Amino acid sequence: MKLSLGPIQYYWPEDKVRSFYQQATDWPVDIIYLGEVVCSKRRELKLNDWLDIASQLQQAGKEVVLSTLILLEADSELKRLEHICAQTDFKVEANDMSAVYLLNKQSSFIAGPHINSYNPETIDVLHECGAIRWVMPFELSQHTLRDLIKQKPGGMESEVLVYGRIPLAFSARCFTARAHNVGKDQCELRCLADNKGLPLLTQEGDELFTINGIQLQSGVPCNLVSELDSLEKTGVDILRLSPELKGMGELIDIFHQTSIGEISSQQAESRIQKRSDDNKWCNGFWHGEPGMNWQ
Amino acid sequence: MPSARKKIDLVCPAGSLPALKTAVDHGADAVYIGFRNETNARNFPGLNFDNEEVRQGIKYAHNKGCKVLLALNTYPQPEHFNRWTQAVRQAALLGIDAVILADPGLMRYATRNFPGLRLHLSVQGSATTRHAIAFYHEQFNIQRVVLPRVLSLKQIKNIVDSSPVEVEVFGFGSLCVMVEGRCALSSYVTGESPNTCGVCSPAKDVRWEETAQGRQSRLNNVLIDRYAKGEAAGYPTLCKGRFKVGESENIFYAMEEPTSLNTLEILPDLITMGVAAIKIEGRQRSPAYVRQVTSVMRAALDCCQNNLNNYKIDKRWISTLDKVSEGRSHTLGAFHRPWQ
Repeated sequence: MKLSLGPIQYYWPEDKVRSFYQQATDWPVDIIYLGEVVCSKRRELKLNDWLDIASQLQQAGKEVVLSTLILLEADSELKRLEHICAQTDFKVEANDMSAVYLLNKQSSFIAGPHINSYNPETIDVLHECGAIRWVMPFELSQHTLRDLIKQKPGGMESEVLVYGRIPLAFSARCFTARAHNVGKDQCELRCLADNKGLPLLTQEGDELFTINGIQLQSGVPCNLVSELDSLEKTGVDILRLSPELKGMGELIDIFHQTSIGEISSQQAESRIQKRSDDNKWCNGFWHGEPGMNWQ
Repeated sequence: MPSARKKIDLVCPAGSLPALKTAVDHGADAVYIGFRNETNARNFPGLNFDNEEVRQGIKYAHNKGCKVLLALNTYPQPEHFNRWTQAVRQAALLGIDAVILADPGLMRYATRNFPGLRLHLSVQGSATTRHAIAFYHEQFNIQRVVLPRVLSLKQIKNIVDSSPVEVEVFGFGSLCVMVEGRCALSSYVTGESPNTCGVCSPAKDVRWEETAQGRQSRLNNVLIDRYAKGEAAGYPTLCKGRFKVGESENIFYAMEEPTSLNTLEILPDLITMGVAAIKIEGRQRSPAYVRQVTSVMRAALDCCQNNLNNYKIDKRWISTLDKVSEGRSHTLGAFHRPWQ
């Protein structure tokens, strides 16, 4: 199984993004997804900056994919999408049917996790449009994935998120701006201060969700490090990790070593626990349960 | 000479045969219904239709010139895919005027097997741009799109101007804060979501507790809200609970307060820009709700369409609608930029 680095979900300053991907050239990941997927106001990097980073990573031997915005509303967002879909240097991860429409039969693409690919017929429709890979929607289980892979069209690759906070919902509203009691138009890019989002807690202090601009994520990261065997047996081609600012290299190493059998899943879990403040995880979706569950 | 503006359709919810008849009798141009299973996004106990009820409903509606639309707007998984294809087949055989679909695989099935069946793209399809709509139109010949409740009036106008198909927007009812079809908050907490099971924050997971700190609502044990003595308690929908954010001890509606969408104020804009249909939310609500809301929206639309320049909101319309609104309050939602 290959390892991939998903698109950055948060708003990081440009220098942090650049140094993150500079380090990524040495990490044992095969595929790197780049670009802004959450909020079009996050413009620390312009499209040309992303293309510049993409070229550097490609020269370092990585497969590079440009990910597209998940919720498109404004004309300016559509124009940017059109530019991304029109370029031919890199493959595109479509996160909305607008991108699928633009890419349809023009070039092969990846159907991202926000395209609702819940059954083989839908995957087949995407394949006919030019998709060569699909990322499993986050709320599906290993049981459903097994059925999907059994019936998938020839040559279609499957990818599953194995580590990171799960993007659960999107809105026209910016929840970060709301938390700061400012309007979306006057947000002053407050999310630049939260490099892993803002925790949303119940009145009893449970970490329920994470606020990330217009996006809501799981309160704790999903962690499938102990499921790598079953992922392999199911026939999954690519394991996706979602970028974190701190300790990403170490996290990738742990997944890499586990996937090639160098360390056990128990060793992996304990190393993951030591490397950051995130010592609670979830894996419920994988087991067909409430996503927040951990077993 | 410009052609006369087409009459805008009032599309009303019907969770049961009595609700359907009520909607038809009070001025609906179309009603939308669902089968009694997880093939539609209002899969609640005691709601929806079996084949015989659909047959009766269609007969009743068609006799009075009203159309019947069927929502099949959840996302089937491979194990039970045939339950959804069977539902498409039934819809076609029963003579439904259009099916409201979200899943591309199911749309392809419908297009290939029942080419005469009219397809609408559900709000669950999350289409917010002309390109997304063009995709579904070119691939599956959809004839109408229902827009998610995340777009401003200007954005809707742009879509209407460039869309190859009719555009339907929500006009009244409970407000989904999230882009429909892209929300898994409910399955994260309960294992069931609109996409997978046709439910959001399912009733079987709701628990009410009387405690020293007040009445509490829980969803699968997660505390959603806590109410002071005498404070009205709402249904514990995840996005309408009160929470804390970050380090602050402030407890507030971090996503959205309980409120309903109400577009009375902007009906002239929607009509002028060429929206084809206005949808009322609420298949889970009673026939009394359907009667009140359908009557008000019928009166408002008639008033507006007959005399666009002199349209005035009757205060009684607002008070009637507020009585059946969540939290007894209303909002223009994302239609109105400051909401965002």
